[in-house]
Amino acid sequence: MAQVSMTVNGKPVTGEVEGRTLLVDFLRNGLGLTGTHVGCDTSQCGACVVHVDGRAVKSCTMLALEAEGAEVKTIEGMANPDGSLSVIQQAFQDHHGLQCGFCTPGMVMSAAALLAENPKPTEAEIRHYLDGNLCRCTGYHNIVKAILAASGQDVSIAAE
Amino acid sequence: MPKDHGIGASQKRREDVRFLTGRGRYTDDINLPGQAYVAFVRSQVAHGILKGVDTSAAEASPGVLRVFTGKDFEGVGGLPCGWQVTDRFGQPMQEPAHPVLAQGKVRHVGEIIAAVVAETYEQARDAAEKVVPDIEELPAVVDMRAALADDAPKVHDDLKNNLCYDWGFVEENREAVDEAIRNAPHVTTLELVNNRLVPNAMEPRVAIGDYNPGTDESTLYTTSQNPHVIRLLMGAFVLGIPEHKLRVVAPDVGGGFGSKIFHYAEEAFCTFAARQLKRPVKWTAQRWESFMSDAHGRDHVTKIELALDKEGNFLAVRTETLANLGAYLSTFAPSVPTWLHGTLMAGNYKTPLIYVNVKAVFTNTVPVDAYRGAGRPEATYQLERVIDKAARELGMDPIEIRRKNFITEFPYQTPVALVYDTGNYHCTMDKLIEIADLDGFEARRKASEEKGLLRGLGVNCYIEACGIAPSNLVGQLGARAGLYESATVRVNATGGVVVMTGAHSHGQGHETTFPQVIAEMIGIDESMVEIVHGDTANTPMGMGTYGSRSIAVGGAAMVRAAEKVIAKATKIAAHLMEAAPEDIELKGGEFIVKGTDKRIAWGDVCLAAYVPHNYPLEELEPGLEETAFYDPANFTFPAGAYACEVEVDPETGKVTIDRFAAADDFGNVINPMIVDGQVHGGLGQGIGQALLEGCVYDENGQLLTGSYMDYAMPRASNLPFFTVDHSCKTPCTHNPLGVKGCGEAGAIGSPPAVVNAVIDALHRAGHTHVTHIDMPLTPARVWQAIHG
Ligand code: FES
Ligand code: FES
Repeated sequence: MAQVSMTVNGKPVTGEVEGRTLLVDFLRNGLGLTGTHVGCDTSQCGACVVHVDGRAVKSCTMLALEAEGAEVKTIEGMANPDGSLSVIQQAFQDHHGLQCGFCTPGMVMSAAALLAENPKPTEAEIRHYLDGNLCRCTGYHNIVKAILAASGQDVSIAAE
Repeated sequence: MPKDHGIGASQKRREDVRFLTGRGRYTDDINLPGQAYVAFVRSQVAHGILKGVDTSAAEASPGVLRVFTGKDFEGVGGLPCGWQVTDRFGQPMQEPAHPVLAQGKVRHVGEIIAAVVAETYEQARDAAEKVVPDIEELPAVVDMRAALADDAPKVHDDLKNNLCYDWGFVEENREAVDEAIRNAPHVTTLELVNNRLVPNAMEPRVAIGDYNPGTDESTLYTTSQNPHVIRLLMGAFVLGIPEHKLRVVAPDVGGGFGSKIFHYAEEAFCTFAARQLKRPVKWTAQRWESFMSDAHGRDHVTKIELALDKEGNFLAVRTETLANLGAYLSTFAPSVPTWLHGTLMAGNYKTPLIYVNVKAVFTNTVPVDAYRGAGRPEATYQLERVIDKAARELGMDPIEIRRKNFITEFPYQTPVALVYDTGNYHCTMDKLIEIADLDGFEARRKASEEKGLLRGLGVNCYIEACGIAPSNLVGQLGARAGLYESATVRVNATGGVVVMTGAHSHGQGHETTFPQVIAEMIGIDESMVEIVHGDTANTPMGMGTYGSRSIAVGGAAMVRAAEKVIAKATKIAAHLMEAAPEDIELKGGEFIVKGTDKRIAWGDVCLAAYVPHNYPLEELEPGLEETAFYDPANFTFPAGAYACEVEVDPETGKVTIDRFAAADDFGNVINPMIVDGQVHGGLGQGIGQALLEGCVYDENGQLLTGSYMDYAMPRASNLPFFTVDHSCKTPCTHNPLGVKGCGEAGAIGSPPAVVNAVIDALHRAGHTHVTHIDMPLTPARVWQAIHG
């Protein structure tokens, strides 16, 4: 076992982990931050996406020890300071961008990283960026629409 | 103005707030004090004699509490099958035993041989690698035709052969259908495969067993669409635990699509092991385990013949299907290729004679059961593909040939048992032509051509049967369960309402839509209504959510319970206002004495029910809480028309979905936004089946598509924005809300549209030798078809 320290959602945290403990397992089991999900074992579903030092990372592909000293942000840290939904979260609710909610934390974290990089993405750019995030419920229609809306763009191309 | 509350309003979902902030509570988010972890040892061979299991090294591994094998389950019941099909000759299907842990033989890759329970998850997994099964490998049966050969190896040695049943429907029509086909001016024949799919809900299955020796009570937390069904099956048939000592909780569930209906070995194991070890035992599937242990879907091989006259009127349909059931009978598996498939072969058309034959086959593969649509996509696909082929052969327009044969008078008795209560297929077709802008197709085709791409248009219809019922009828058809739904409506003293439903939401949004109905009935705000679901301890016995039944059956039960509540509240109001109950109406949250200005608020009546000081105690009990069980008189019949436009790259065979439009008739709609979302999701899965997904076994029964590296899930970049509409409404005639259900439509209606579109594109480009390509339409298959 080894000790690991990082900042998660603005709070310093420390924990004991095995060398093989994945960041996602540390977040979920070590810190009880169960908003980050595990949907696969081949790094393809994106349910586990968090931000590490401002970049979107699949937390199932990173060891907890590799995040030593890093700034980690998870879905639990995405709401506004007063607890209200952030613009992206609100857009997901407004446009029904989630059904079962299991892929949702990863989708929101990926969307936030996309908009930070590219504030006005086209539909094609959004779809391309989400290639690492699987959703089985929505057919992606309302996810793409929500991200367009969150970026302040017209969503009329996504009729209904 | 669209409504902003009550029935018909696109209310935002209240459950979203917890999911969007990471505060959902899925089964894997639950950790119980003292919890141990299980890792399963699964068979790596498809078929073999299990001569022994050496567990000694695993037992000596750090942290291991106990290693279980099949021996520990001798004397424990097997996993039951919930539907018994009777074959063409009046005989019951062959029904093999289905052990929790393998006994004597392994029959598919992924079958559980042993289970290692340890202090930590890592210790359990490390030790599981040290379990050594001694298996004498046998030849596997994978291909269905080979499985039916006289000398085929038997999956189950104690059965006669690998044929579960040979089902004919309607057997009395057989000869008349044969005769009609023999004498028909034109017969179109098509052989096709409905590809095997892996459901792939994004949340892998999880089970946590818990046991309290002090009270002798067991609790199972599980990723289920129907906790009461699991409690009944596991308690009564597998573990022998009476229901009052067994609680099943299905909290937030991350998608199901059918795969979380069934009672699985892992659920029984965790409950059993918790009782043995007197500690909670938790299992969380890794995705590779989902691929080889969640029940798969579809996997039919079919030959369909459609007989027509020269004008294109349908005279008869005959189909022969081989349906793969896998190695064991999953909970509802036998019903899928039969009653959920054969009964849909009339489609939207007045074909007078229909005969369906299904041979269901055991193979050394994962069990196959209901997956979004369950039988109905298989029926729709073959029918709508053969109609397209027939239109082409007769030189008719694919829309016109369909319109010509539409059923237009209701109720309509089909030749395959169903009575369609209502529908308007011309309406959805008209709507489709408008929303898909079919008039603009030619211009779009030219534009594609200029880019060197082949554009094609595929159109088809579908009908689905939702909310299987009534229970006494399905009992005659072999169901070993009832198919009602239940609800308790509890009104609190200050007027708030809690609805406890037997239905279960795993993405469908019941927590939002069900309150819309109650709010409309009483005239209160939705925020005063709460929905409780997913826990057998606080909901009445219900059958859960699948088959697009929640609002049509569960919603109806809730309406019935609410009606009882309102009837009682009206009597209380009558007493308080000294009027006759008949003179009182409930409007906008107030009881009003008709024609007067006397009124009393809903909340005041509720308070009187719980503080019964001024109250007719000799006539009425205090309190305001009622339960109803609703058993529908018939199925509901959503239907619609879908159009797909594809671009095919002739150089590579790559198919791109450029446009997809769906015009559905769901009857009345409670929340249009949610209904649109359900259609979108179904389309994603249907298009996935048509273009991308396919579960493949090699001839030894090895699962070649066992991860997301090999099984192509639809991604955002594979799909377009969809155009959907449900403004054609023929309300269901026999349930109180006039609703039909919308969960499966997209998955049922879309595969034929995609394939029809690709064939159309190839024909327009002169590749007229291509009459069919089997799904998934991968670039390789399309390219080969073009060049074949
Ligand atoms: S769990 Fe990380 S990509 Fe699937
Ligand atoms: S909302 Fe269920 S997987 Fe995306």
